[in-house]
Amino acid sequence: MSTRLATGGRLLNTAKPVNFTFNGKQLRGYEGDTLASALLANDQMLMGRSFKYHRPRGVVAAGPEEPNALVNLGREGRFEPNQRVTTTELFDGLEASSQNHWPSLEFDVGAINTHLSKFLPAGFYYKMFMYPRSFWKHVYEPFIRHSAGLGKAPKARDEDTYEHFHAYCDVLIVGGGVAGLEAARTAGRSGARVLLLEQTNHFGGRAPVDGGTVDGKPVDKFVEEILEELSQMENVQLRPRTMGAGVYDHGYVLGYEQLTDHAPAKAGPRHRLWRIRAGHVITATGAIERPLSFAGNDIPGVMLAGAMRDYLVNFGVSVGDRTVLVTNNDNAYLTAIALKHAGLDVPAILDARVLPQDSELVAQARALGIRILMGHAISSVKGGKRVTGVAICSQAGEGAVLEEIACDAVAMSGGWSPVVHLWSHCGGKLRWDSKRACFSPDVDNPPKGADGVGFVTTAGAASGMFPLDDVLHDAHAAADGVMTTLGFKMPRDISAPSATRREEAPLAPVWMMPNGASAKLREKTWLDYQNDVKVSDVRLAAQEGFVSVEHAKRYTTLGMATDQGKLSNINGLATLAGALDAEIPTVGTTTFRPPYHPISIGAIGGGARGATFQPLRRTPMHGWHDANGAEWEPVGQWRRPYAFKRGSESTHDAVMREVKNVRENLGLLDASTLGKIIVKGPDAGRFLDMLYTNMMSTLKPGKCRYGLMCNENGFLIDDGVVARVDEDTWLCHTTTGGAESIHAHMEEWLQTEWWDWQVYVANVTEQYAQIAVVGPNARQALERLGGMDVSKETLGFMDWADGTLGGYPCRVYRISFSGELSYEIAVDASHGQALWDALMALGADLGVMPYGTEALHILRAEKGFIMIGDETDGTVIPQDLGLNWAISKKKEDYLGKRAQARSHMTDPERWQLVGLETTDGSTLPDGAYAVGEGTNDNGQRNTIGRVTSSYHSPNLNKGIAMGLVLHGPDRMGEVISFPGVDGKVYEARIVDPVFYDKDGEKQNV
Amino acid sequence: MSDPVSALKNISDDTGLVTISEIGPIGMITLRGDLSDKALVKAAVAAGGVNLPEQGHCNTQGTQGIAWMSPDELLIICAYADVQDRLADLREKLAGSHALVVNVSDARAVFDIKGDHAREVIAKLAPVDMHPDQFSGTMFRRTRFAQVPAAYWMPDGTSARIVCFRSVAQYMFDLLKTAAMPGSEVRHYA
Repeated sequence: MSTRLATGGRLLNTAKPVNFTFNGKQLRGYEGDTLASALLANDQMLMGRSFKYHRPRGVVAAGPEEPNALVNLGREGRFEPNQRVTTTELFDGLEASSQNHWPSLEFDVGAINTHLSKFLPAGFYYKMFMYPRSFWKHVYEPFIRHSAGLGKAPKARDEDTYEHFHAYCDVLIVGGGVAGLEAARTAGRSGARVLLLEQTNHFGGRAPVDGGTVDGKPVDKFVEEILEELSQMENVQLRPRTMGAGVYDHGYVLGYEQLTDHAPAKAGPRHRLWRIRAGHVITATGAIERPLSFAGNDIPGVMLAGAMRDYLVNFGVSVGDRTVLVTNNDNAYLTAIALKHAGLDVPAILDARVLPQDSELVAQARALGIRILMGHAISSVKGGKRVTGVAICSQAGEGAVLEEIACDAVAMSGGWSPVVHLWSHCGGKLRWDSKRACFSPDVDNPPKGADGVGFVTTAGAASGMFPLDDVLHDAHAAADGVMTTLGFKMPRDISAPSATRREEAPLAPVWMMPNGASAKLREKTWLDYQNDVKVSDVRLAAQEGFVSVEHAKRYTTLGMATDQGKLSNINGLATLAGALDAEIPTVGTTTFRPPYHPISIGAIGGGARGATFQPLRRTPMHGWHDANGAEWEPVGQWRRPYAFKRGSESTHDAVMREVKNVRENLGLLDASTLGKIIVKGPDAGRFLDMLYTNMMSTLKPGKCRYGLMCNENGFLIDDGVVARVDEDTWLCHTTTGGAESIHAHMEEWLQTEWWDWQVYVANVTEQYAQIAVVGPNARQALERLGGMDVSKETLGFMDWADGTLGGYPCRVYRISFSGELSYEIAVDASHGQALWDALMALGADLGVMPYGTEALHILRAEKGFIMIGDETDGTVIPQDLGLNWAISKKKEDYLGKRAQARSHMTDPERWQLVGLETTDGSTLPDGAYAVGEGTNDNGQRNTIGRVTSSYHSPNLNKGIAMGLVLHGPDRMGEVISFPGVDGKVYEARIVDPVFYDKDGEKQNV
Repeated sequence: MSDPVSALKNISDDTGLVTISEIGPIGMITLRGDLSDKALVKAAVAAGGVNLPEQGHCNTQGTQGIAWMSPDELLIICAYADVQDRLADLREKLAGSHALVVNVSDARAVFDIKGDHAREVIAKLAPVDMHPDQFSGTMFRRTRFAQVPAAYWMPDGTSARIVCFRSVAQYMFDLLKTAAMPGSEVRHYA
C-alpha cells in the first residue's frame, strides 16, 4: 500500500492538515501536498480509467507529464475536468472525482474493452466506421460521441475571472530549477531586465531531491542562497506558479499564472495570461524521465523512478512497501537508495545493462544490501488494480520467466529526455544524442528572429546536460553568452558554481523489454497511457505502411492526448523506427506545439467576458432609448433601436405604428451612428471624384449629393450623402458599419497611391449626435425650436445650413431617406440628449414618436432606396441596381470604373434590381430564390433571382419587396415563383421598385 | 442651451486598485498639417499654450496641452469652453495653407486613473511596456485598450489620463474597473 511516512516531506507543512474529498470520500493531507501526493498518502493508488480500454490506472509521474491521473475538480461554477493531480496543489475543501468509468472507479463496465482489444486495434475508427455511409450520422457519430472524451463538460457558468498582462524583458527564463536560477543570477548581474517563470510554487526543481553539493554546500542550501541573492536584484523578477506555455515569433512568449487555484477563496483573478515580449528566451525546462516498455507497465503501482523519489523526498510518501526497480541507467539507482534509506524494502534492481564493473551508484546500492540483477528485465507485471509482483526474465531473450518477485510497486526508468518543447515551438531543430539516447536541442539551428539570429537558448537539463555540475556550467555559460550577444557588459571574474561529480556508467537504450518480447507481451505493453496506444499498435501501423511519424501518430493516436505524448513520444518513435528497421533520427519527431501543458480557455479570453466581452458602442441618446422601450439591434458594434415598444405592444405592431406615424405626423430617428468624415485640401474634390462613382467636385458649397463608392473590383462598398462645406472641404456621410472602414480606405489611398495629393481626412463620426426629424410636421417642429429659416425657399431639398436651433449650434441637412419632408440635425454630441428631449417635448402635439431601424428600412423600401448589405453583398455593382444615374459618364476615372467595363460586369444576364409584389399581398420570405425552367449541372433547379429586402408595408397594406432578377427590368408585370422554406410557393409580380410617391412630392414640400 | 454632458456624466469608482474617474468634457482639436511649417507650429503653440512636443510625446500644463499624434497630426487640448475660440483662431491663422482643423471634443471620453497600481492596470489592457524606465515623463502613446483604440499619458508617476472614443466610454470604464479588481495586483514593477 501507499502511505505517508513518519518523516520526510520537504515541501510539507505538517502543522497544517488539509481536508479534501475524492469520489465523495473524506481524506486528509497537508499544506504543500499536491493532490497526487495526498491521494497516495491515503493509499488511493487507483485514480482513473484509461480512455479506450477503461484500464485501471494510477499516477505514474509527479509533474505535468502525468498521463493517467486526471480528475474532475470542483463543482458547479468551479467545475473543471481533466485536471492533473500532479500539478494540482491541495487546498482545504478540494473536491475531486475520477473520470471515464461507469458505474464506479472500482467496477467499470467499460473495462470489457480491454478483452476486446484485439478488435480495437490502431486505426479501428478509420476501418470500422467507413461503411455504410448512411450510418455516419445516426449510428456511428452518437456511438463515438458517447465513448469519446475523458472528463465531463462543465454545465455551469465559470464563476472566476481572468486577465491578461503585457510584460517586456531583456531575458525571459523559463524554469526555476537550479539551471534557471543560475541563468537568472548570471543574466541579472548585467543589469538587464530578467523575468523568470516557474510553473510550481517552489524553486530549485528536482535538484534538491536528487541531492549533491554545490560549492561544498548541500544543494538545497545553494537554492536558498541563490534565491536570497536574486531577491536583492531589482532587475530580476521571479514568478512562481507561472508556466511558460508557448514561444512564438519575434520573442513573443505566453506565460500562464495560476493565482487562486491553490486558494479558491482568495480575491482576484484565477489565472493571468502573461503576454511577454522578450529580447531573448532561455529555456531551463529540465528533463522528463521515460517509462520502459514492458508488459503490464500501466498497472497502478508502476511509476517512474524519479517520480517515486519525488513523492518520497518532497511529500514523505511511500508508494509501496516493496519496490522493484527496473532501469537501463544509473540515475534510477537513486530511487532504490532513497527508499532503502527511508526504511523501505527493495527486493531487487533489474538492470537491463550488463556493466563490466559497478559504477558509484551501483556500488552504493549493493552496499545497502540490495539484490542487483544485471541483464535482467520485467517479463510482465502481475496484478490488476494494483501491482502484486513482477515476473522477471533476461533482457536479451523473449520473456521466459525466470522468477517471480512479490512487490507492490515498480519503479522504472528508461533514461531522461530534455524538455525541448519551448525550444521547438518556433522552429528550433533537434539532434539525436546517441550517448544519452534522447533528442537534444541542435544549438546550430535555434529558432530565429527577424534578424536571422537565434532567440532561444537552452540551459541545463533542457540542453541535454544531466549531471548537476554540467547543468550549472551550462546554465551559466548560456546566460553569459546570451547577455554578451545582446550587448550587455558581463563581469568577467565570475564563473559557474561547481557541484560534486559522480562517475556514471553509460545508459543502454532499451525500447522493448525484453528485447525479443513476444506478440502477446507487446499487446500488454503501453506506450501512450492516456490514449491506450500499445507497442503492438505502432508495429501494426508500420506494417500497414505508415512510414512517416506524423502519419503513424494520427493513425494510432500516439501522443494526441491532453499530455501531448510527454512520456510516449520518444518510446513511440523508437518503436516505429524498430518496426521500420530505421535509425531513430531518420524517423524524427512529431511537431511540438504550444501550449506546453493545457491552459484554461478562461485565461485565453482574459477580461473579455460579460460587459467587456466586446465593445458595445452607444450614441449620446442610448440611455434614453433604453428607458423608452427600445428593442436593440446590433449594427456593427453599435446597438441601435430596432423599434420602440409601448406597453404590451408586439415588436411588429410597434414597427407598423412607427412607419405610419412618420408618413402621417412626425418621427425622430437617432442617426448618430452614420459615419461622418471630413475631407479637406486643394485636391479634395479630385480625390472624392476618384472615390465616388459620381461627380463631387462640382457640388456647390451649401449643397448635398448622394454618392456611391465602389472598390477596385467595381463592387459597391458604401453609399451616403456628401455635403460640400466650403471651397476645399467636404463632409462624407457613410453607412453605420462603414465609418471606420471607409476612413481607412481613404487613408490607404492617400498614403499609398496618391501620397502627393494634398488632402487631409478626419473621422468626426462621434463628434456629433445626429437626429433625423421626419414627416409632414417636421418643418413645424424645427420652426418651434426656432433660430433658423428652414422654409422650402431657404433650405430646399438637398441643401444644408449652419445655424442655431433652440439655442443649439447645429448643422441642418435637408435630406431624406424616407421620402418624407425630412431634416437631419447634427449637434455636438454633448448636447445630443438635450436636443432630443427638446424635440420630444415640443413635438408632443405634432404626433412626435421615435422610430427604429426597422421602420427606417420599411420607409426606404417603400421608396425603392437601396441599402448597403441588403441589396448589395460584395458582388453587386451599381449597374445591377439601376443606379446608372449616379455614375458619371464625364469622369475619366473612378475606383471601380475599369472593373465595371469588364465583360462579365456588362453581361446582360446579370440579375437586375426590380420591385416584387406578391399576388396575394403576403410578404415574401427574405432571401428566397426565384426558380426558373430546368436544372443545372448538379441537378438543382435553376434560379432566376432572389429577394434582397422584404417587408410588410403598413402604408400600402401589403407585402413589398426588392430583388435581383434575371432580365428583371424587361419583365415588368411577369409573375415568378419563390418557393419558401415553409413549403409554400410565393407568387410575385415584377414591378417598379418605387412603391410609394413615385414623383417625390412629399419630400419636396 | 443646456450644459454639455460627458459620456458617463463624470462617473467614478474607487473600489479597486486605482481610482477611476471620467472627467470632461475636455476641449480637443485635431490639427493636421505639415509639422515642419513654422506658421503651423506657431499657431499650434498659441492654441495649446505649450511647446511643440517631440515625436511620441505630449506637453501639458493645467488644462492645456499638445500631443503628438502622427507625423502630420497634433492634438490640441484646452478647456471645453475655449474650443470655439481656439478653432476660430487656428482657422484664421492657417487660412490659405493646407491644414485641417476640426473639433473632436465631443467625440472623446477622458478618464483619469490614480494609484500605485496605475501602470499595472494599463499593462493589463494595452500592449505597452509600462516599466517606469520605459514609459515616463512626457511620453504619449496611441495604442489599444483591450479591443478599442485609446491614447494616454502619465501626468505623474502614479496617474494616467486616458482618451478614447465617446461611444465606448462605458466599455472603457468597465475595462478599467475589471483590470483594477481588488486582489489582482501584479507587482511587476515593484
